[in-house]
Amino acid sequence: MTKASDLAPSYDLVVIGGGPAGLAAAALAARAGLATVLFDENPGVGGQIYRAIGFSPVKDRTILGEDYWAGAELAAEAKASGASIVTGATVWSLDPARLVGVSIAGQARLIQAGRVIIATGSLERPFPVSGWTLPGVMSAGGAQTALKAQGLVPSGRTVMAGGGPLLWLLAAQIMRAGGRLDAILDTMPRRNWLRALAHLPDFVLSPYFAKGLKLLREVRAKVRVIRTDRIEAVGGDRLREVVFTVGADERRMPADLLLLHQGVVPNVNLAIAAGVAHAWNERQLCFEPVLDGDFTSSVPGIAVAGDGAGIAGGTAAAERGRIAAIAAVRALRPAAAVPDLQTIRQRLQREEMGRAFLDWLNRPADSFRQPTGDTIVCRCEEVTARQVRDTADMGCEGPNQMKAFLRCGMGPCQGRLCGLTVTELIAAQRGTTPAEVGYYRLRPPVKPITLAELASLPIAEAERKAVER
Amino acid sequence: MRTADVVIVGGGIHGCSTALHLALRGLRPILIEKDYAGRHASGVNAGGVRQLARDLHEIPLSIASMGLWERIEELVGDDCGFESHGTVLVAENETELATFRARVEDLRLRGFTHEELIDRAELKRLVPAVADHCPGGVVSRRDGAADPFRTTQAFRRRAIEKGAEVLEGVTVTGLTKVGANWRVETSAGPIEAPKVVNAAGAWADRIAAMLGEPVPLTVVAPMLMVTSRVPAFIQPVVILRGRKLSFKQLANGTVVIGGGHLATSNRDRNETVLDWDRLAISVRTVWELFPAMRAATIVRAWAGIEAYMPDGIPVVGPSSTAEGVFHQFGFSTHGFQLGPGTGAMMAELVATGSTNTPIDGLGIERFR
Repeated sequence: MTKASDLAPSYDLVVIGGGPAGLAAAALAARAGLATVLFDENPGVGGQIYRAIGFSPVKDRTILGEDYWAGAELAAEAKASGASIVTGATVWSLDPARLVGVSIAGQARLIQAGRVIIATGSLERPFPVSGWTLPGVMSAGGAQTALKAQGLVPSGRTVMAGGGPLLWLLAAQIMRAGGRLDAILDTMPRRNWLRALAHLPDFVLSPYFAKGLKLLREVRAKVRVIRTDRIEAVGGDRLREVVFTVGADERRMPADLLLLHQGVVPNVNLAIAAGVAHAWNERQLCFEPVLDGDFTSSVPGIAVAGDGAGIAGGTAAAERGRIAAIAAVRALRPAAAVPDLQTIRQRLQREEMGRAFLDWLNRPADSFRQPTGDTIVCRCEEVTARQVRDTADMGCEGPNQMKAFLRCGMGPCQGRLCGLTVTELIAAQRGTTPAEVGYYRLRPPVKPITLAELASLPIAEAERKAVER
Repeated sequence: MRTADVVIVGGGIHGCSTALHLALRGLRPILIEKDYAGRHASGVNAGGVRQLARDLHEIPLSIASMGLWERIEELVGDDCGFESHGTVLVAENETELATFRARVEDLRLRGFTHEELIDRAELKRLVPAVADHCPGGVVSRRDGAADPFRTTQAFRRRAIEKGAEVLEGVTVTGLTKVGANWRVETSAGPIEAPKVVNAAGAWADRIAAMLGEPVPLTVVAPMLMVTSRVPAFIQPVVILRGRKLSFKQLANGTVVIGGGHLATSNRDRNETVLDWDRLAISVRTVWELFPAMRAATIVRAWAGIEAYMPDGIPVVGPSSTAEGVFHQFGFSTHGFQLGPGTGAMMAELVATGSTNTPIDGLGIERFR
């Protein structure tokens, strides 16, 4: 295990996040001779897609699928490349001068990076329905983590709700692993097909077409799929039943576990805190960093690769990581040999081909993104949709003012669970666009750190001088 | 051509307070703010409402302000989160305590009684969690803390209700005298008014420069941190003299740690970059002073951009070169408490040409 005291004060390249983008980037850069360190906050690399790769208790390869096991190769390559792979390392700050704040086992350090590749991936889009904060309701991603890392599957009455490729993948994985799944409530509006259809030809040619069809067939053969446009989690101390509507009928389904998922969005917190410019993506309904063809951001020397650069999936993430790494190598060691960039770009293009179809098809309905009434929006500070809407009506124009009025986004999650919802609610209420409203201004630490950790920073020269004042 | 009685440049607490007090006097001010009210220091400061440890020149303004803070809800229609549990200046050793004693005695001779020397027992009573090595300190019992953004917004809102106009997202590009009036060129067109108040904070030197009145202002961004919620353990705001620290637990249990270590700032980009080495210094001070805080978690750190003057006190009063223009800036990281009272004084000065609140020694002419 690498300790904080083992770290060099500076590296040519700091890669943040050990999913496919980070692993591929670190491997390529280290092989080309850059002094490279990769930080990942989890006990092992892999990110969410390859979580627990190398030590997952799930040994039957058919359960998680061959795509999952492809992660082992990426991890092995990174390990063999000579890059320092540091797990259990939480990056809590990154500034425009590329100073990286990181904590390992309670010890903090500031590391200077020549270049930075942010590969912090995605997180699940907020799914604010009534009752989503009840015990017994969790995100599908959380359930997948439990499966990959601990081999745990649901055994009680389980309902899944939402949509998107990952929902169907998890459904298949749970059932293959012998878990229980009573029903899937499909919340994706049927009219999404209208926009998606134009992109069907590209999708048919993409690697996702065959895989996706097979997956859908596998799941539909074993579990009831019900289309709905309204969901409510109901219970006292914990979830008791899921209430939903089918046409004009209201139905109730007793449940011990409700797994919610309506797609993933870029995890923008670190990039925003570093000052990287972001823009609204109307198709994917999220903010994403503004990047050039090499995935370099508006801040010199900082690139964003993987799903953090815009959702495109794990295989594309690795290719994006390689492209960003080649740019880093070219900047720092122009003479070093690197793989052929054109080949990588072509592979990336092929991976991204089906994306427009998937995005339009799995675009969550307004009603599931813009809640009303007493539905909680900000879980940390328990702020409701009504409060956010009323405050917007009062004249509050943006999420940063909203923070000051309602404290939403000020809790430990730093807006990860409410940011998009708050932006969209303000836009809806004020008759403008999310692009116009903007996102939270995020400040480090992007992950909470203890006073003890911060106090453990090596004492700088500045301190001795400052004491004099 | 848009006209007004007074154009105020800057929508911090000072500009908003002056706008309100002018409107209360029946004048029609227009306030111009380049971002939105409270975007910078006024919205993101530590919220300390402190008379304690002020420069002698500011004490009259501070005392006038305190009177307004104590009826803030009546004034602006919002309690602004103001709570009064005092400010305690903690002495970390006997030498510091001796300095504090001399200061309190000096103030008393001048007729100011708001600062009160306290011994170890009273310190422990007021701040039970403080480390045992501290021999005493000074308390100002009427002091307290408020929510800065909410306060600035409340002043803005009430000013508008009383007839002020607030233009946000508008920048001032020029100032010229046209007859008896000042013509204020802005990104939203010109405005003419006989009087102008420069309350532009970290950007105020640029307004002064338009008047041929250069002023040695430094742009600073003091850093603050806030922790996750911890059980209530401290009521007063605590500050230190020897080491930079201000420390306050809010009603929701979170603790705001500040004290004046500076971030790197860029006022042209509204940008601040935190200096973690210096934040670590504040954290180590808290570590020593309040052992109970050691397991707490820092959830956010930030810095607001503001102006610092070479002598650490504000520029308040008429311009020395331009008749009809008044300055109200440079509060040097301690202007929040002064907002209500300075706005009232400035409105009086602008409206009547003089004020009953002494502002001697704060004029811009000291930098000539």
